[in-house]
Amino acid sequence: MLDADFFRRWMTATAASVDREAERLTALDSPIGDADHGSNLQRGFTAVTATLEKEAPDTPGAVLTLAGRVLISTVGGASGPLYGTLLRRTGKALGDAAEVSEERFAAALREGVDAVMALGGAAPGDKTMIDSLVPALDALGDGFAAARAAAEEGAVATTPLQARKGRASYLGERSIGHQDPGATSASLLVAGLVEAAGE
Amino acid sequence: MSDAELVGIVLVSHSAEVAASVAELAKGLVGGGNAPPIAPAGGTEGGGLGTSAELIAAAAASVDRGAGVAVLADLGSAVLTVKALLAEGDELPDGTRLVDAPFVEGAVAAVVTAATGADLPAVEAAAAEAYTYRKV
Repeated sequence: MLDADFFRRWMTATAASVDREAERLTALDSPIGDADHGSNLQRGFTAVTATLEKEAPDTPGAVLTLAGRVLISTVGGASGPLYGTLLRRTGKALGDAAEVSEERFAAALREGVDAVMALGGAAPGDKTMIDSLVPALDALGDGFAAARAAAEEGAVATTPLQARKGRASYLGERSIGHQDPGATSASLLVAGLVEAAGE
Repeated sequence: MSDAELVGIVLVSHSAEVAASVAELAKGLVGGGNAPPIAPAGGTEGGGLGTSAELIAAAAASVDRGAGVAVLADLGSAVLTVKALLAEGDELPDGTRLVDAPFVEGAVAAVVTAATGADLPAVEAAAAEAYTYRKV
């Protein structure tokens, strides 16, 4: 079973990896975006860990809805409302249970990913975070490590795709050949689950 | 018709200057009428380019007179942030809507229409209709 501490560790682990990879995320965002993805997410997840520490939410759902709210408020770029919606919707789907099963979490995360697709209008293959999150969801039944591998594979697989959403879509064919920064950061989020589980 | 019944307008841009200038432009085109409450929500709280959920929520609260609030946004994260706030349900005043319209032309249409005392659906329709004004 996954408790509030697990979800706190998930956020802390993600914040640490975003911190570590911020320069790489921004470098990926330079040729096809506006070169702020790493610094935006770093600001957002730093605020998430600080707020979680201060407000100490005590259920899985409360941890994720608070984290999502902080991301929407602090990121300042499109990844704020997108990741914010992902976590908030997942958190709301978890309700106020003190502990949730991995199956219940997987179902909630799917609701979160669906909400992100509805918000941004992206589908698999559009060269976005969805290309990492959907394969991760599909692999989640086989455990967090399988989800991480699927997310990382999905992020790498965005390289030959042409962007169809966001600023990168203005580049048309010139977006081909670059790994998507959003899919890459999404794979860091999924990888955080493995760390949180101590696997 | 009193100001208390006018629809409020919020202009969300990645740039503080763009949001403020478009607000001024639209207000200037109201003419002799009673301008509706307009608030720009541009850039990040730190003054950089981007979108601030806090500035949007504050702007919407400041123009809410009970007749609804029409929000116009420019690009990407501005649009997504407004949509995410609306989806939360409690972040923006009741009767707040994101209007699907071109930013400058839509803002002018929305403000001029709101100044007449038109209701929110009419303001929204006027702003959306701005998409149909071809220039060539």
